[in-house]
Amino acid sequence: MKDAMISVKDRKLALTNIGVAYAAFLIGTLCGLLQVFIRNDALTLPGWLDYYQVLTAHGLLLAIVFTTFFIFAFFHSGISRTLGDFSPKVRGWNWAGFWVTLIGTMLVVVMIVAGQASVLYTFYAPLQAHGLFYVGLALFVIGTWIQGFALIAHYLKWKKQHKGELSPLFAFMTIATIILWVIACLGVVATVLFQFIPWAFGWTNGINVELSRSLFWYFGHPLVYFWLLPAYMAWYVVVPKIIGGRVFSDSLARLSFVLFILFSIPVGFHHQLTEPGIASFWKFLQTVLTFMVIIPSLMTAFSMFATFEMRGRELGGRGLFGWVSKLPWKDVRFTSIFIAMLFFIPGGAGGIINASFQMNEVIHNTLWVVGHFHITVGTPVAMTFFGLTFWLVPYLSGRRFTKSLQRMAFLQIATWSVGMLLMSTAQHLLGLLGAPRRTAYTGYQHDSALAWFDGVLSNHVTMAVGGSILFLSAILLIYIVVQLWWLAPKSDENSYVTFPIATSDTSATPAFLENWKLWIGIAIVLIAVAYTIPLSDMIQHAPPGSGRFQTW
Amino acid sequence: MHLHKYEKIWLGFGVFALIVFLSVVGVSAFHQGHTPSGGHMTIDPENVRGTAPFDEPGVHQREDGSYEVVIIAKAFGYEPSEIQVPVGEEVTFTVTSEDVVHSFSIVETNVNMMVVPGQVNHKTHTFSEEGSYLIVCNEYCGSGHHFMSTEIEVIGQ
Amino acid sequence: MEKKNQPQPSLKGTFISVMAVGIFIVLMWVSIYLLYIARL
Ligand code: HEM
Ligand SMILES: [Cu+2]
Ligand SMILES: [Cu+2]
Repeated sequence: MKDAMISVKDRKLALTNIGVAYAAFLIGTLCGLLQVFIRNDALTLPGWLDYYQVLTAHGLLLAIVFTTFFIFAFFHSGISRTLGDFSPKVRGWNWAGFWVTLIGTMLVVVMIVAGQASVLYTFYAPLQAHGLFYVGLALFVIGTWIQGFALIAHYLKWKKQHKGELSPLFAFMTIATIILWVIACLGVVATVLFQFIPWAFGWTNGINVELSRSLFWYFGHPLVYFWLLPAYMAWYVVVPKIIGGRVFSDSLARLSFVLFILFSIPVGFHHQLTEPGIASFWKFLQTVLTFMVIIPSLMTAFSMFATFEMRGRELGGRGLFGWVSKLPWKDVRFTSIFIAMLFFIPGGAGGIINASFQMNEVIHNTLWVVGHFHITVGTPVAMTFFGLTFWLVPYLSGRRFTKSLQRMAFLQIATWSVGMLLMSTAQHLLGLLGAPRRTAYTGYQHDSALAWFDGVLSNHVTMAVGGSILFLSAILLIYIVVQLWWLAPKSDENSYVTFPIATSDTSATPAFLENWKLWIGIAIVLIAVAYTIPLSDMIQHAPPGSGRFQTW
Repeated sequence: MHLHKYEKIWLGFGVFALIVFLSVVGVSAFHQGHTPSGGHMTIDPENVRGTAPFDEPGVHQREDGSYEVVIIAKAFGYEPSEIQVPVGEEVTFTVTSEDVVHSFSIVETNVNMMVVPGQVNHKTHTFSEEGSYLIVCNEYCGSGHHFMSTEIEVIGQ
Repeated sequence: MEKKNQPQPSLKGTFISVMAVGIFIVLMWVSIYLLYIARL
C-alpha cells in the first residue's frame, strides 16, 4: 500500500513551497487584522508604517504569494503521485523555478517594506513604484513558468510512455491550469517588461495608462481562475475519494476545465466597465464571454451534489435528502471543503452581478467587491487549501494528523467560517451603501458616510469583529501546520496519511478532450476577437503618456 | 459524453437565466441609454487645464437646456470643489485626471466613474431628489486617498 | 455499451439542491438590478 507515497525528494520540494505559502499567510492575515481596525478608527499606525503599505502587502502576500506557492505544492505532490516520481532533471528545474519565484517575492516584499511600492497589488500606472518592484514581479512570473514547464515536460514524458492513453484526471487538470496560467501571464509580462520597467527606470518618459490597465486585466481575470481551478481539482478528484465515492463524470470534469481555458481569458474588460477608452461594444462583448465562463461552474455544482448524493445513497441514505446525513461530517478533510463550496454559492452569485455590465456601477470599487473576493478566493479557495493542508502536510512530513489536531482543525474552520460570514456580509452591505474600498479610516462628515459606522451588520465594527475572529483562526491554522510538519507523532505502517485520488472512469471520455493544440488554438482565436481591435485602438489613439507619480 | 437528465434540465435552466440576464442589461443599456460610464476622447494629461472643456471646470448649461459638469480630479481633491445642479434635469459629468487614476463616485447613485489620466469619461444622470450628495474617490490614488471627497448640492428649481 | 441499459442513478436531491442554488442566484441578481433601477 505504500506505493501511493511519493519520493522523499519530491516531498521536500512540495513542503518547501507550503512553507513559503504559510509564511506569507501569517504576515498577510496580520495585515488584514490591522486593516479592519484602522478602517473603523480603532487603531492608528506608527509614522513609519502606512495603511496602503499594509494593504499592498496583504493583497500580494495572500492573493498572489500564498495561493501560488500552495498551488505549486499541490501540483508537485499530485503530479508525482499520479504520474510517478520526478526525474532529477525535472526536479532540478522545479527547484530552479521555485527559487526564481521566491527571489521575485523577496524583491517585491523588500520594496513594499522600504515604502517604495505602496501601489497595491494591481500597481496601476501612473503610480510609480521602484523599478525593482516590477523586476520582482517579472521574476515571480518567470519562476512560475519554469515550474509550469517542468511539470509539462514530466507530463509529456508520461504521455510518450503511455501512447494513446488518457492522462489521469489530476494530471489533465494540472496541465489545463498551467496552460491557462501561461497564456494569462502574457498580458502582465508584456505590460511589466515593455511599459513599467523602462518607464520606472527612466528610460522612457510616458506610459500609456489605459493600455497598461487593459493588459493587467487581461491577466487579472484568468488569475482568479488560476486560484479557483486547483480548488476545483480538489473538489473533483480529492473529495470523492475522501467520502469513499468516485468521480461523477470524467468527461464532464475534463470538459469543464477545457471551457475554463477557452472562456476565462477574453473577459478582462469586465473589470473596466466604468472606465473610458473602451467602446461599449467591446465591454459588452466581453460581458457575454464572461457569462460563458459561468457554465462550467454550473456543471461543477451539479457534479459535486451528484457525487455526494450517489455516495450517500450507497451508504443507505433514503428519501430526498437522507443521503446528506450519511456523509462523513466528522472528517474535517471533507467538512472543510464542503463549507468552502457553500461559500462559493453567494460568491459566484455576486460575481454574476459584478459582471452584469451597467449593474457594475452599483458595486464597482466599493466594499462590496472586498466582500466578494473574500467569499471567492478568501474562503472557497483558501479553505479548500486548508482542507488539503490537513492531510497534505502530514503526508509530506510523514507525521500523523492526531485526534486532538483534528479537533483543533474543526475549531479552525468554524472560526474562519463565522469570521468570514460577519466580515463579508458587512462588506457587501457597506458597499451597497457606497462605502469605498482601499481606504484607511474615512471620516467624511456626511450623513451617508456616518451611516457606515452605525448599522448592525452594515457597520465597520462588525467587519472588525469578523476580521479579529479570522485572524485568530489564521493563528490556529499556523499552529496546526507547525504541528503537522515538525511536532506531531511520526506515522508508522498502520497510520500513515494518504494522498486521496478518486478513481475516474475514462471509458466514456473522448480523446479529443486532451487535444491541447485544439483548445489553445481556439483560446487564441477568442482572445484575438475580444482584444485585437480595442487594444490597437488604445495604441493608435494613445494620448501623450503619463509621467511618474509617487503620491504616497 | 453523457449527461444525466437532471443535469440537462439544470444546465438548460442556468443557460436560460444567463441569457435573460444578458438580454435585460443589454436592452437597458443599448436601447434605453443606460450604458456604464465611458468615453473615447483622449487628452494630454500634462495640459489638462489648457484643453477644452477643462479650461473651465464647473457647471455649464448647454444649448438644449441640459447641464454639463466639468471636473478635474487630482491628488487629493476635485475641481471645482463646490458643485450645484438643479433637481430633475439631465446632468452630464465630464471628468479627467491631472495625475494618477481616481474615481468620481456619487454615493447612493449609479454615478461611479473611473477617472483615468489621458482619457475623458462621461456619465449622464438625472437627480430626482434634492439634497447634498457625498462624492468619494474609490480608486486608490495615494496617501490622502481616504480624504478625497466632496459634495454636490442638488437644489430645487 | 452496458451503461446505456442501466437506470440513471437517482439524483432527485441533487436536482433540488442545484435548483435552489439557481433560484438563489436569480433572486440576488434581481434584487441588485432593482437597486440599480431605483438609483437611476
Ligand atoms: C485574517 C483574515 C483576513 C482579513 C481580516 C482580511 C481583511 C481585509 C480587508 C479589511 C480588506 C480591505 C481593505 C480595503 O479595501 O481598504 C482586504 C483586502 C483584500 N484581501 Fe483580505 N482579509 C483576510 C484574508 C484574506 C485572504 C485569505 C485573502 C486571499 C487569499 C485576502 C485577499 C485580499 C485581497 C486581494 C484584498 C484587496 C487588496 C487591494 O484592494 O489591493 N484576504 N482584506
Ligand atoms: Cu474577473
Ligand atoms: Cu483619488
